[in-house]
Amino acid sequence: MSDHNYTPKSKVGKWFNDRLPLLSLVNHLTDYPTPKNLNYWWTFGGILTFCLITQIITGLTLAMHYIAHADMAFDSVEHIMRDVNYGWLIRYIHSNGASMFFLAVYIHIFRSLFYGSYKAPREIIWILGIIIYLLMMAAAFMGYVLPWGQMSFWGATVITNLFSAIPLVGEGIVTWLWGGYSVDNPTLTRFFTLHYLIPFLILGLVVLHIWALHVPGNNNPVGIDIKKPSKDTVPFHPYIVIKDTFALLMFMIIFAFFVFYSPNILGHADNYIEANPMVTPAHIVPEWYLLPFYAILRSVPDKLLGVIAMLSAILILAALPWLDTSKIRSAVFRPLYRQFYWILVLDVLVLGYVGAMPAEGLYLLIARVATAYYFAHFLIILPLLGFKEKTLPLPFSITDPVLGGSANLSMAKNDKTKG
Amino acid sequence: MSEKKVNRRDFIFTATYAVGAVGAAAVVWPLVDQMNPDASVKALASTEVDVSSVEPGKTITVLWRGKPVFIKRRTQEEINEARSVKMEDLPDPQKDEDRAKDPEWLVMLGVCTHLGCVPLNDKGDYNGWFCPCHGSHYDTSGRIRKGPAPTNMAIPNYEFLDNKIIKIG
Repeated sequence: MSDHNYTPKSKVGKWFNDRLPLLSLVNHLTDYPTPKNLNYWWTFGGILTFCLITQIITGLTLAMHYIAHADMAFDSVEHIMRDVNYGWLIRYIHSNGASMFFLAVYIHIFRSLFYGSYKAPREIIWILGIIIYLLMMAAAFMGYVLPWGQMSFWGATVITNLFSAIPLVGEGIVTWLWGGYSVDNPTLTRFFTLHYLIPFLILGLVVLHIWALHVPGNNNPVGIDIKKPSKDTVPFHPYIVIKDTFALLMFMIIFAFFVFYSPNILGHADNYIEANPMVTPAHIVPEWYLLPFYAILRSVPDKLLGVIAMLSAILILAALPWLDTSKIRSAVFRPLYRQFYWILVLDVLVLGYVGAMPAEGLYLLIARVATAYYFAHFLIILPLLGFKEKTLPLPFSITDPVLGGSANLSMAKNDKTKG
Repeated sequence: MSEKKVNRRDFIFTATYAVGAVGAAAVVWPLVDQMNPDASVKALASTEVDVSSVEPGKTITVLWRGKPVFIKRRTQEEINEARSVKMEDLPDPQKDEDRAKDPEWLVMLGVCTHLGCVPLNDKGDYNGWFCPCHGSHYDTSGRIRKGPAPTNMAIPNYEFLDNKIIKIG
């Protein structure tokens, strides 16, 4: 990397850079050598940064009009929708932005799963990502409480009550979280405070996430280590910047479709009814991005074990770099893993579907099977696969298979000639 | 330097860490405790309810500490049903006599012990309550019979001030 011996051209730049090496950092970011075979699944890091910034800016502006009080919160949201200039637009961007954020993060996570981006030497990047994902869920949950509608209130009640499953101290913790004997004004004000705080924590973790990424550099679709910089890399600017921008524009079209044509399709009508502690809505359903975990919670008949299963389903991801015993990163060269990967994708989609359905009869049975498979994938299939699977030969470099013909046949050939 | 010898400097270090930890904990505690129920929340700890207009078989719901409380005037049939259940059939065994001081009146927190939803009156497989969130069934004594809820619905402290007024809390 060139940043160690970078010198700004101008005298002022040199003077500044000697005192605070910001220009060296900019130079590092523009010259940063990137694998030249990165496909569009690699553009979601940039898209996620855009989502975070969008949420922070729209959130700041909403906070100028929102009132965090149990008696006024619901009305203040309606005030934003009806009276505040472009309030409807800002709120719809913020509420749909949360969904877009999760859409992007799920693609980003499943990209890592397919191409083995979590494996050595990128474990810390992966774990930082899981922490960011957990914080995103906390922020999204608390944000959903703020409009103080029926789903806000009862969602808050159900989720905070999860802590009551903890033996002995559970009830005390729930009272402490609520600041009372039920979800009420003290709960709302603290949720607003934390909802405001968490995005900035995420921002800090994103900096660490990117910092950790820039130590080994990007993984790539072939999943092999490459020399940097070399014939296998291109500078981040302009090549990746342009590619990321194009992908971002495509993403913004989808985003805009939701904001302008169906801004409430991802929400629940019940949340346009003001919170009422006397009446529970007939179906309490979380936002779509939490449904798979909700299905896991409900598939276990015991309260404490259900909560443990749900949390484990997320935390198990942090152990993934050590559960996956295969040394080969990319699923392109792992014929068996590739199939199990798609079964896992399907399994998570099924969990999401049954999470939205009532927990009874056939749905409950499906949820149980899908939950069992989810854990089996990480705890049984992945550890064994590393030993059993016959992987395909890896190419010598990124350039190699392209210049030597195409696809696996040529890779196999190359592998023989090069040993 | 010998391996295990504790000298005066080690003692100073340990003492400093210990005092520092106590000081930090003393500063953190107010920041944690401010989130517990405050004096104004605790002050609203009791509610008085006039139940003279409740017909037999009917339930009224009142708000106490931000939570719904069911006050049900039970019919003789419902009382018999609640009192004839065998203890072995109950996931959380409790006699109806211990739940309703006056058999006619069942006063109970209307909060499902699973995840805190409000169960629906006169629903479910046991003619008591049914929680729509995750499908817990309660009997005419508010005891859990089927579903994910671990315990019976809670009985708050309450007393009859006279024939008409119940004081909860």
